[in-house]
Amino acid sequence: MDVKLVAFGIAKEILNASALDFSLNGDHNIGSLKQALIDRYPEFEKLRSLRFAVNEDYQDDSYSIQPTDEVVIIPPVSGG
Amino acid sequence: MIEIKVLDTPLSEKACIDFVADDAAGGTTVFVGTVRNQTKGKKVVRLEFEAYVPMAEKEMRKIAEQVERKWDALQIAIHHRVGVLDVGEIPVIIAVATPHRKAAFEACEYAIDTLKETVPIWKKEIFEDGEVWVAAHP
Repeated sequence: MDVKLVAFGIAKEILNASALDFSLNGDHNIGSLKQALIDRYPEFEKLRSLRFAVNEDYQDDSYSIQPTDEVVIIPPVSGG
Repeated sequence: MIEIKVLDTPLSEKACIDFVADDAAGGTTVFVGTVRNQTKGKKVVRLEFEAYVPMAEKEMRKIAEQVERKWDALQIAIHHRVGVLDVGEIPVIIAVATPHRKAAFEACEYAIDTLKETVPIWKKEIFEDGEVWVAAHP
């Protein structure tokens, strides 16, 4: 499936895009998306953390991605 | 009452303090974050903040609701700025009014500590010779 990704901060720089369609084979959950992203863009593995959000909420590895979902990559936050 | 704002214009301490004014309050604490002029001895030229705004507002509201429940806060305002900030400018203000002062201090500290962990806002430090996304790497 093609996963609609949105990126902020350093994730945007790693992808060199603020949004893109990412082709994901096999399982369609956040955990497999995370691994596929790291395989394709090794810079992600160097981050202190890598989280994902769907519908403006953090989702864990087991979350099953729906075709209509927009998955937001949340690199380590640094507000304040 | 809760007031959450993500703004691309200068923040106002007075606006936050006015919002949390409450006759039942015994005290108000206000945390004002400011842009520091150096990091590990390197001169900071400016900071650039970006936010995933709808989720940032949602996460900030969750923090405020926790503060209401845990410390019986009467009023809380959390304002965060985005965009380009110079040294000395204010990226964040948190104001909490509670019936008794001890709770106000604890609640305010909890709110800023949690904001730094959960709210999807990112800052890039711009130095004279480079730039870095803060806290991105271990």
